[in-house]
Amino acid sequence: MKTGYLWHPGHAWLACLRVGDGLTVVLATGVVVLLFATLWTTSRADRAIVRQGGELIAEIALTAPRRVEVVGPIGTSVIEIASGRARVLADPGPRQYCVQQGWLTRANAVAICAPNQVSLQLAGPSNSNRHDSISY
Amino acid sequence: MHASADDHRIAAYAAAAIAITIAEAALPSPLPGVKPGLANIIVLVVLLRHGWRDAVWVSLLRVIAASLVGGTFLAPGFVMSLAGALCSLGILGLSTRLPATWFGPVSHSVLAAFAHIGGQILVARLWLVPHDGVFYLLPVFALAALVFGVVNGLVAGQIMSAHSVLPAPTGEIAPLPQSLSR
Repeated sequence: MKTGYLWHPGHAWLACLRVGDGLTVVLATGVVVLLFATLWTTSRADRAIVRQGGELIAEIALTAPRRVEVVGPIGTSVIEIASGRARVLADPGPRQYCVQQGWLTRANAVAICAPNQVSLQLAGPSNSNRHDSISY
Repeated sequence: MHASADDHRIAAYAAAAIAITIAEAALPSPLPGVKPGLANIIVLVVLLRHGWRDAVWVSLLRVIAASLVGGTFLAPGFVMSLAGALCSLGILGLSTRLPATWFGPVSHSVLAAFAHIGGQILVARLWLVPHDGVFYLLPVFALAALVFGVVNGLVAGQIMSAHSVLPAPTGEIAPLPQSLSR
């Protein structure tokens, strides 16, 4: 009895492949990678924008480590800046949401300490400001 | 009116393609629009065996007949399907001019799959969702086109090399080969 032709162990599925096919597949893979890279990545942040009560307090490049203290209605929030990232280190708010968000690294990411009216937002190259804010 | 052998052959291939399209419509898809497009295997085989003109016939008959059966004739899904089919037929018309010693069914299949999603996303952008947000899905569609393009191309290559098992329909009712009539 003849076994199923297509699944015959000795039959090579890749036998029809030719040199140009490899080239086509490589090029197509490149296109897919390029599409993911351009359409599915948020640009890295390069500066942090700190606001209190809606007023701009500081705009700091994410290059050197630094701490910023912001005084609000219920106390002092501490923003920590590091290379390529920033976080709210301490906040007098009762629920500590903005502190627990930890390090922000991507453009448009934002941490809001509502009780103290402090916000920390990261910004990237200007063409990445297509969204009001993004949470990760 | 007399149907020629050409007509019989095209009808037989189109029937196979329509049956595959309808069977495939029953498969669940994680994302609307992401489908293996297995009927394109038939279009590829027709292209390589009988040339571009026959492939156009089979492909367009499939799009129209499958939409009639599925009840989507002239609905947005039909227009998307037609746009994809026309774009991939256009690319196949060009890709068959590539040297056949270098470029086989997998090349044709991958190029056609990319043309297919290209045409569909263009129609979607211009007509259905007039917003650049549709391009956000493009990487996923492109990845699906790559994977299914390669798979369909390999299957078409298998069929091309398996003449004795899957003979070209002649328009006559041929006895089934031994390997299939068990």
